[in-house]
Amino acid sequence: MLTFVLRRLLLAVPVLLGVVFVVMLTIDLLPGDVVALMLGEHATKDAVATLREHLGLDKPFIVRYLEYVARVARGDLGRSIQQNRPVAAELADAWPATLELTVAALLIATVAGITAGVASAVWPNSFFDAVARLGSLFGLSMPIFWTGLVLIVVFSLWLNWLPVGGAGSLNHLVLPAITLALPSVAMVSRMTRSAVLDVLREDYVRTARAKGVGELWVLGRHALRNAFIPILTLLGLQSGQLMGGAVLTETVFAWPGLGRLMVKAIFARDYILLQGAVLVFALAFVIVNLLVDLSYGLLDPRIGRQG
Amino acid sequence: MNAWSRFRRNRLALVGLVLVVVLAVSAALAPWLAPYDPARQSLVEKRTKPGAKYVLGADEFGRDILSRVIYGSRVALLVGVLSALIAVAGGLLLGTVAGFVGGWLDAVLMRGIEILLAFPYLLLALAIVAALGTGALNTTIAVGIWGVPTVTRIVRGSVLALRETEYVGAARALGAPVTALLRRHILPNILPSLIVYATLFMANAILLEAALSFLGLGVQPPTASWGLMVSTGRDVLLVAPHVATVPGLAIMVAVLAFNLVGDGLRDALDPRLRGSA
Repeated sequence: MLTFVLRRLLLAVPVLLGVVFVVMLTIDLLPGDVVALMLGEHATKDAVATLREHLGLDKPFIVRYLEYVARVARGDLGRSIQQNRPVAAELADAWPATLELTVAALLIATVAGITAGVASAVWPNSFFDAVARLGSLFGLSMPIFWTGLVLIVVFSLWLNWLPVGGAGSLNHLVLPAITLALPSVAMVSRMTRSAVLDVLREDYVRTARAKGVGELWVLGRHALRNAFIPILTLLGLQSGQLMGGAVLTETVFAWPGLGRLMVKAIFARDYILLQGAVLVFALAFVIVNLLVDLSYGLLDPRIGRQG
Repeated sequence: MNAWSRFRRNRLALVGLVLVVVLAVSAALAPWLAPYDPARQSLVEKRTKPGAKYVLGADEFGRDILSRVIYGSRVALLVGVLSALIAVAGGLLLGTVAGFVGGWLDAVLMRGIEILLAFPYLLLALAIVAALGTGALNTTIAVGIWGVPTVTRIVRGSVLALRETEYVGAARALGAPVTALLRRHILPNILPSLIVYATLFMANAILLEAALSFLGLGVQPPTASWGLMVSTGRDVLLVAPHVATVPGLAIMVAVLAFNLVGDGLRDALDPRLRGSA
């Protein structure tokens, strides 16, 4: 078990190195001059050269990449250009809010998506099934930032039930979490429906029914348990979607998380902060998918842990 | 039964097709369909509610929202089509190279592709836009790059499978150049998957363009882009909700249209996948 976890974490290292490489390279390919843009158009040539040297931008790309990786390995993410604070501190301030938001959204997506999907599969082609499938089509087509604004109009402006934005209480969490969850609810319910439908056609389900097992037991013990593996894989992949969506949701609801920090970093051309934020997102994605892989073994004893 | 008659029996797909045609027509005929100039400002009429003069209301600068939504279809479709072309062209190139050359080049390319696929797409697009800068063209490139990995995988898989077949082996032995192999043997095989992927990709491309423009990192004002319109409407959301919500509806309809057509095409062109999520 432990060796499996360690091996998977080691395998994640090249992925993270690759992500940093891609991000740094894209920033490096910038046609404009970052330093000149940061200082504004009235900066002297000397000032630009000094800042460039200060930021280490006068060195070749590969050198800068290796230096950055070496520093990150020692736990040093550098200093944010705009705030002149350690990037690690900026990220530490922001990530709990994003974690809270994405976990809440993942919970909603899991519970609502699986419930709707199972109901659709148990009563296929019923009225509920039609509504749920149409709903999931819309869920996949709605731009997440727009859903957020519509929810604000309905629940904050018209009904006056929930706050417009900001963070701090459970009430603040409701609308952003639902907004972020909706596309995932749609994906999960689609996936659950087809997975449960597939399992319900299996011989062992027929056997269970034939020997008089109650329908609820068949569903819970046989169908859902077996359908859970593809659903779980999807949830792992959805966590990546949720991180992307968090950038938009946080912007709409003024949620003080990593996503908003990242957008701010882009506008400020604070590429050191941007690299740090991207790295945290990539790390989170790797960890979530490791957890998903680990839970396969818990759900299905046939899947060994030899990895 | 051929693909078209299978497609035609799918009512939702037909609804999608009609919507796509409406979009294409509104993009092509925007100057004749739009009741007003999309850039015409009328500050005394700012935030006018939907009514007789402005069917969908007016925005913060008193610009007609209906006209801007009609012109916005041009941006959405253009970014969608061009980014799909970038994705297909890039994927064809990389997939063919990876599949035919093989060896370490294949290994390096595919690891790189896996990294790109493992990464939340919006974050990647943000990084690309941060590098390239904003604007319609850069947005298209950022969106297009996002589609390259999947197309590469489709193409490479097909190249690897067909490379081993006798007829491709024979064609190579006779000295057929790679481009001929690609055109005569590989492309016809992957065309259905590519068409389906490109259609569904367009739906996501429109969403991504809207998201980037909403963040202020995509298409820049005063161009009428739906995502940008939602973004400007957001500032007056609590006094004039229609300014932000109406353009968002257009995004949803466009995305829904391409999703429906894509699902229908998948069922029609590749019956093996029928009913799968």
